[in-house]
Amino acid sequence: MSSDKNTGLKFSSPYTPNTENDRAEMLKAIGVNTVDDLFKDIPASYLNPELKIPDAISEMELVQEMEDLANLNSVPGEYASFMGSGAYKHFIPSIVNRLALRSEFMTCYTPYQPEVSQGTLQAHFEFQSMVCQLTGMDVANAGMYDGSTALSEAALMACRVTKKQVVSVFDSVSPYYRDVLKTFLDAPGIKIESAKDGNLKVNKNHACLIVQQPNYFGYFEDLSKLSDDIHNAGGLLIVVTDPISLGMYKPPADYGADIVVAEGQSMGIATSFGGPYVGLFACKQQYIRQMPGRIVGRTKDTNGNTGYVLTLQTREQHIRRDRATSNICTSVGLIALMSTIYMISQGKQGLKHIANLCYQKAHYAAAKINEIDGYIVHTDKPFFKEFVVSCPMSPKEINKRLLHNKIIGGVDVSNLTKNGMLICVTETNSKDEIDLLVSSLSEIITEG
Amino acid sequence: MNNSPINTNESKRKLSMDRSVAGRIGTTLPKLDVPLQTEPPKDLLRESLEMPELSESEIVRYLTQISTFNFSIDHNFYPLGSCTMKYNPKVNDDIAALPGFSAIHPLQAESTVQGALKLMHHLQDLLAEITGMAGTSLAPMAGAEGELAGMLMTKAYHQANGDKKRTKILIPDSAHGTNPASAVMAGFDVISLSTDDNGNTDIEGLKYALSDDIAGFMLTQPSTLGLFDTNILDVVNMVRDAGGIIYGDGANLNAVLGKLKPGQLGFDILHSNLHKTFTQPHGGGGPGAGAVMVSDRILPFLPTPVVNRRTDKSNNEFFTFASPEKTIGKMGAFHGNFGALVRAYAYIRTLGKQGIPKVSEDAVINANYIRSQIKGVFDLPYDRTCMHEVVISARNLKHDNGITALDVSKRLIDYGIHPPTMYFPLIVEEALMIEPTETESKETIDEFIDIMKTIAQEAADNPSLLKEAPHNAPNTRLDEALAAREPDLRWTK
Repeated sequence: MSSDKNTGLKFSSPYTPNTENDRAEMLKAIGVNTVDDLFKDIPASYLNPELKIPDAISEMELVQEMEDLANLNSVPGEYASFMGSGAYKHFIPSIVNRLALRSEFMTCYTPYQPEVSQGTLQAHFEFQSMVCQLTGMDVANAGMYDGSTALSEAALMACRVTKKQVVSVFDSVSPYYRDVLKTFLDAPGIKIESAKDGNLKVNKNHACLIVQQPNYFGYFEDLSKLSDDIHNAGGLLIVVTDPISLGMYKPPADYGADIVVAEGQSMGIATSFGGPYVGLFACKQQYIRQMPGRIVGRTKDTNGNTGYVLTLQTREQHIRRDRATSNICTSVGLIALMSTIYMISQGKQGLKHIANLCYQKAHYAAAKINEIDGYIVHTDKPFFKEFVVSCPMSPKEINKRLLHNKIIGGVDVSNLTKNGMLICVTETNSKDEIDLLVSSLSEIITEG
Repeated sequence: MNNSPINTNESKRKLSMDRSVAGRIGTTLPKLDVPLQTEPPKDLLRESLEMPELSESEIVRYLTQISTFNFSIDHNFYPLGSCTMKYNPKVNDDIAALPGFSAIHPLQAESTVQGALKLMHHLQDLLAEITGMAGTSLAPMAGAEGELAGMLMTKAYHQANGDKKRTKILIPDSAHGTNPASAVMAGFDVISLSTDDNGNTDIEGLKYALSDDIAGFMLTQPSTLGLFDTNILDVVNMVRDAGGIIYGDGANLNAVLGKLKPGQLGFDILHSNLHKTFTQPHGGGGPGAGAVMVSDRILPFLPTPVVNRRTDKSNNEFFTFASPEKTIGKMGAFHGNFGALVRAYAYIRTLGKQGIPKVSEDAVINANYIRSQIKGVFDLPYDRTCMHEVVISARNLKHDNGITALDVSKRLIDYGIHPPTMYFPLIVEEALMIEPTETESKETIDEFIDIMKTIAQEAADNPSLLKEAPHNAPNTRLDEALAAREPDLRWTK
């Protein structure tokens, strides 16, 4: 690699248009001799350090290398997958990606300049509206990082609203969400107490009760009773939900939820090894000024025409700084847009139909698995698309064997319930796949 | 000037619910292929669900039409300071969409996702090398979450040393709002530090503020003024000598890639907005990714998980998730925004050691070129060499013609250019923060400079042209006060 002392490195990349000539002309116009004259504020002994990273490669080499890496992974789709636990494989209609990947949606920034961001703003307003319609809540923000951070922010908000410093969390809430909750709540010194079904001890010190519906294991909690309990104690009810379930199940608002959060990934977003996803966040009207995150509002322009803007920004970090409701800046706009397109596309009939398909297939799978000697499906409570099976041996071992039959089994929850496997069935699992799972589980027993 | 918008009308602004016609469907679904199961308990079911009913073609037209109401990097020069609106390589989007990346489940057995783990491990190493730090966690899902992780690590570090009285964080008055907000979320009190007349940290102020209750200093380098602190070594040494942690906000990392390793200066923690510096498209406000890089002494506190590499006797490598010994915990349900990590990795691989320094060189050349050509037309609050962005002031136009930074910004829209960041940093009157990035050509920059000169002339000749701008956007200026006073936040019947 030859380099030019005056203008720096001789290297062309498709992402940096300035040629050596351009650089020379610009440096001259600036009034300096070399590019490093522009870096003279950096202490000289630290400038231009040795950089031990690989050489540049061409687009073709990049694609080959990345395909090789991707091919090292086993991909659900080629495999029958029964893995859920907070990241779900649901069918994604083509228009979701085709529309969201338009340059106009994909390569714009946060809509701080509303006159040239109406596409994004209107789509965000659609998102807020449909999140409200699904959850039954009054208002929603434009999106959080994921379901787990949406929950953490909800708990912090409940503490702000109630001015209390203890939160009660049901032990059937996702363990991943409870981990994140701990990260967010330990720092400001908020205490987390674990609550159990049938042994709920909420009192006037509790800012909120956090319940997942359907819970992490797929089952329905007695939300009406829990709602009464926490409200009688003067705290808020926070419900973590699965938006796909809301196509047919009662929305959390009907149980008196004060704040509802959810992982939006199941609506049109690829599982993508865990992200990017989008957290849904909705609450009652009276709490809007305590909400975290971006909110889009409808307004008028100087000609009286309809338009949309970011609003209630005095809650946010760029205005309120250390007194903001949160430090969050992003609303994961693109992913929120994808889930918006998904909701519009599935629409009233589709959302109900998908929920029903998940319900029917999961119950078919549960019944079939329950018939196999040695496997016991937990059916003490109603469930939706996930359920727990007590297996005759360690789920880890079972999953290893299932892989040979091109099946990605359920998530191993043996740390939470003995030899437990959490199986998820969605509309993407055909009867053939389910039957293959059932016969494979059965074979594993016979093989011993 | 004709004020009527040309691109839109009220019918295009109708929401999907207002367009809905009972009976239409947007997509089809398979029939049930298993025997009908027992109905779910009735009391669990909802009575009704209000959702749009639209055909696929209507949805595509509706969303395509409103998409054209946006400015975007692919259509427009977008010199939005502090946001690093650089071009996002298309190939990276294709790569992130490979089923081997996009369709894998976060909880699959490690043996089935070795490609993903290998990529993450390599990216950890690359980011640590580029920034001169000892290790990386890719877990934070945005810049602000990286900041929070950094503050939590700062706290954990002092607590592990039994140093419990360090409850305060120093933050310059020029810092992004996320800095103080993140420090507070981590349970710290914030002390604001002033900036001196040259745009550097006020050394006397720092001296005065430092004491044994200071946990650390959140420092953006170059600062949000686009300036590199010429006292940086003094600042770092003073804070470290006082027992504090130097936290680097990597928002402006695009200025120093391959030119400077913050770790060598003595930074303990640095976050990088991978979506800015390493090209995840901004998507109308996310997704982001906020990797954190740390020095040796902070390694045990990194957010979980990190990816480790092991080799067996035959030198076969195997990658696993691991939890650092004294981790501050998880930042999200899974392992970070993998899709953004794939793009960052692809970008660094493409540019390599030849291209990475050129990114910052061209970004800095472009910004200084604008500074040199715009001088005299707009005020320069700090008339010195800038880094990747230049902060100018419209106070001269305000004084002479009553034209504000807002008016200049809105007029730029008429010329097809996205406005710079306005009124930030807060310490600059009528601030316009211009960040051209390295992906813009000299021709684009020259055109921008000409337009800025034209607008300054228009400010003198015909100020109402600017006051009423924009003239040809989908909307004229919007009433933000009305939106906040009477919040209308969702569709209603």
